Amino acid sequence: MKPFRYERASGVAAACAAAARPAAKFVAGGTNLVDLMKLQIETPAHLVDISALPLSDIEETAEGGLRIGALVTNSTAAADATVRRRYPLLSQAILAGASTQLRNKATTGGNLLQRTRCPYFYDTTKPCNKRVPGSGCAALGGINRMNAVLGVSDDCIAAHGSDMAVAMTALSARIETIAPDGATRTIPIDAFYRPPGNTPHIETVLAPGELIRSVLLPPPPPGRQVYRKVRDRASYAFALVSAAVIVASDNGLVNAARVAFGGISYKPWRSVEAEAALIGVTATRESFDAAGVSALRDARGYGYNDFKIPLARRTLRATLAVAAGVI
Amino acid sequence: MQSPTPPRALTSRRRFLETGGVATLALASSPAIAEIAEQSSSSRSRNTESVRLTVNGRQHALDLDPRTTLLDALREHLALTGTKKGCDQGQCGACTVIVNGQRINSCLALAVMHAGDEITTIEGLVEDGDLHPMQAAFVRHDGLQCGYCTPGQICSAVALLAEHKAGWPSYVTADVATAPALTDAEIAERMSGNICRCSAYPNIVAAIRDVAEGGRS
Repeated sequence: MKPFRYERASGVAAACAAAARPAAKFVAGGTNLVDLMKLQIETPAHLVDISALPLSDIEETAEGGLRIGALVTNSTAAADATVRRRYPLLSQAILAGASTQLRNKATTGGNLLQRTRCPYFYDTTKPCNKRVPGSGCAALGGINRMNAVLGVSDDCIAAHGSDMAVAMTALSARIETIAPDGATRTIPIDAFYRPPGNTPHIETVLAPGELIRSVLLPPPPPGRQVYRKVRDRASYAFALVSAAVIVASDNGLVNAARVAFGGISYKPWRSVEAEAALIGVTATRESFDAAGVSALRDARGYGYNDFKIPLARRTLRATLAVAAGVI
Repeated sequence: MQSPTPPRALTSRRRFLETGGVATLALASSPAIAEIAEQSSSSRSRNTESVRLTVNGRQHALDLDPRTTLLDALREHLALTGTKKGCDQGQCGACTVIVNGQRINSCLALAVMHAGDEITTIEGLVEDGDLHPMQAAFVRHDGLQCGYCTPGQICSAVALLAEHKAGWPSYVTADVATAPALTDAEIAERMSGNICRCSAYPNIVAAIRDVAEGGRS
């Protein structure tokens, strides 16, 4: 690990100012950052510890939603009574990720900002445009079975690893931030992650020193919420594909639908195409399959990950079937 | 089932290690050695942080390079070698310790970030020289082969029971709004952060189930 200066932030404003300096990083749970620092993939000169800041509350909002503080741990969010009762999708998704030990440390804000697990991002002997801009992408012609099939570029095909963020995307979450100059803003989660394009090292729209304060969940949409994760082993593995769905139907006709995928893009992938394809159709395995075809129309495989395209379609079909009670 | 006799060999081995640990600490705290240690550490780097760690109820004042993980602070600075270094990247769970009642991977935790926290390691589970019920259950059920992952497994299992008692759901809980019964499937899912290369899983599950049910099977 490269040497760094460790600083405990005394308040939100001080934290933002400290982290706005070059080569400065926030640290909270540290479960991803410390790992990457050991590998010298992350080499911050200043580490700004925000773990004592007062951002650990979960509170109901006036409009009937929920505000989850950036420092709420994944375990706390998943075990929260309101989350479990009104946003079971979020609880399920968080519990699908990592292990209890990691969820006890990992925070809401840190989970959103986790880096990709593309094996070539981790392998410092190989080119990676995300790790070393301009060096190339070893995943394109490499063992890319964990990589993305939607929304990526020929400079980077890394997939985002979060489960939590997939549920938040289906729930139309908004991310509340504060900048070093004190300005606050609210960013829809679907606009939070930047497409890789030819700058895959720039992953979000956050400015230097801008701090995630909380995640705002609107009131839950109508319908049954189900998260399903498909992976190489039964637990404690990143998703090959995951699906977060919320479906409401009346007399067998779907009248409301939310669909988001994990494991197939640089961000949690909200599929407005699948949602549009579901509205008004009879809830059957065939119509659910058609929604999956719509969702994956623009998908492109890179060899080893070709299987993700039919797998995502089938995972969506199976998850919708559970949510709609169609066996 | 009749339970075997108490694990005298294990207890005495632990006592031997404890004695060794105390001797090491006593040496390190003798003035001459402490001076040498301080000189060599200051010649390496002046970037150190004063950290007070509370481990197994005892306070320790340490001067640490901020890069020091909690795992290395426990093993290399406090001679508490019960906590094991397996993968050192948060994937195996051998380094699991309990911090403020919650289990974490100590390999991914910077020690400086845990000043003031209550840290419990495998050494802190023994009460008045008696094995913790979870330790005794692992022995009774043969929940280990090589034993390297065992301290992490046991710390994890102790915290698991507290989480279950608090009503936490898991990924295999059918309805996350309910507090599930601790089935074998629930135990396996909740222990998935602890890898056992010898694959002693069936007996690990049996040991945890035994303690959860409050007695010996």
